[in-house]
Amino acid sequence: MNEYKQALQVAALKDGTVIDHIPADKLFTVVNLLKLQKTEQSITIGNNFESQRLGKKGFIKVSDRFFTDEEISRLSVVAPNVRLNIIRNYEVVEKKQVIMPDELRGIVKCANPKCITNNEPMTTIFHVTDKENGILKCHYCEKEQNKEVLKLQ
Amino acid sequence: MENRSLVSIAEHSREKILYLLEMASEFEKNPNRKILDGKVVATLFFEPSTRTRLSFETAANRLGARIIGFTDPKVTSSSKGETLKDTIMMVSNYADIIVMRHFLEGAARYASEVAPVPIVNAGDGANQHPSQTMLDLYSIYKTQGTLENLNIYLVGDLKYGRTVHSLLMAMRHFNPTFHFIAPEELKMPEEYKIYCREHGIKYEEHTEFNENTISEADILYMTRVQRERFTDLMEYERVKDVYILRNDMLGNTRPNLRILHPLPRVNEITYDVDENPKAYYFQQAQNGLYARQAILCDVLGITLDDVIEDGKKY
Repeated sequence: MNEYKQALQVAALKDGTVIDHIPADKLFTVVNLLKLQKTEQSITIGNNFESQRLGKKGFIKVSDRFFTDEEISRLSVVAPNVRLNIIRNYEVVEKKQVIMPDELRGIVKCANPKCITNNEPMTTIFHVTDKENGILKCHYCEKEQNKEVLKLQ
Repeated sequence: MENRSLVSIAEHSREKILYLLEMASEFEKNPNRKILDGKVVATLFFEPSTRTRLSFETAANRLGARIIGFTDPKVTSSSKGETLKDTIMMVSNYADIIVMRHFLEGAARYASEVAPVPIVNAGDGANQHPSQTMLDLYSIYKTQGTLENLNIYLVGDLKYGRTVHSLLMAMRHFNPTFHFIAPEELKMPEEYKIYCREHGIKYEEHTEFNENTISEADILYMTRVQRERFTDLMEYERVKDVYILRNDMLGNTRPNLRILHPLPRVNEITYDVDENPKAYYFQQAQNGLYARQAILCDVLGITLDDVIEDGKKY
């Protein structure tokens, strides 16, 4: 079953990236964060597949697209456990995991309504103060917030 | 050019704090000078704060600078929907330095990132108010002769009171012991207690406020339970009268004790305390003038040596 599933995901892709283990309810957020709705390459999106770890999971296959570490780190807030398989000539040549960066720019919205970032057209900046527990601190209003409560900018 | 803005006291090292206190004491010796002659200081108050504004403007005036600005955002373009960035960029064309008070948190940080001139944060919402912290530190230093190893009692609104939060963070360099005296509803937030533990700051919490709790204090820092910080006014009515300092509570206190308050006071210190030599809140406000003179000079790149040299002229 497992091999079959992997085959299903990988087989059709000659070169590109498979993003796997996306929590089902975060799939389209991941699509948005990677701006995949604007990409020209062919994409396969699957959702609500059985997963032992996640219950339901989604995956995304993108042809001829390879994400930078910066792009991948954007996912850290919503889907820290996704796996990326880099495919070249039908083979998985590299596996990548999401690494929580020290700083998040323009990704999340500050939860503090009195923060300048919610009242001025500007980019948010967060410092990741605790990577393990996903605690972020707004660079501007200095309020600490848990990533569970965050909204995307 | 290096950004010399003053946004938060937390960025200042121990050495920098002591350096600024020394500069403030130079200004106390002679507050009337011409060291800022030819400079224009803009005071932009997007939220009214008469004391802070008068103190900054006096500091600038006594050093020979000229002042432009506004005291009420209703008369400015921000009421027409102009962004903070545009206001700051516009004023930067006119002034050498911008002193800014804003009701939004993080406004000063943002302004300091977009402005070509230095920004002095005169309070950004509930976030930071570093010039208040500098004058508090200067008052403690002056009255105790040191900032080291002091027992500092913070009383009243420890939840919303940003002055106590900034003071706590600035004192981390000086091995203090803090006592937090507040009602349950207004007690010191967990994040600052974590800050204390991370920085090895000793603290005790009390809900009682009487003669015995304050007998070991070197500094008693009273705060007002601020009406404007409450969304629930019933809650305000319930807690506002809880922590009041009366003169008869000071009988057993240490001789070096001094009572500080960021002002304005409402009823949290009774008027009979004013006559007690341990009351220091009015002198504390005066110290704000010297602390702010030091801040204005520092952000403009004027050094302590420049100030000492300049002092010889008078």
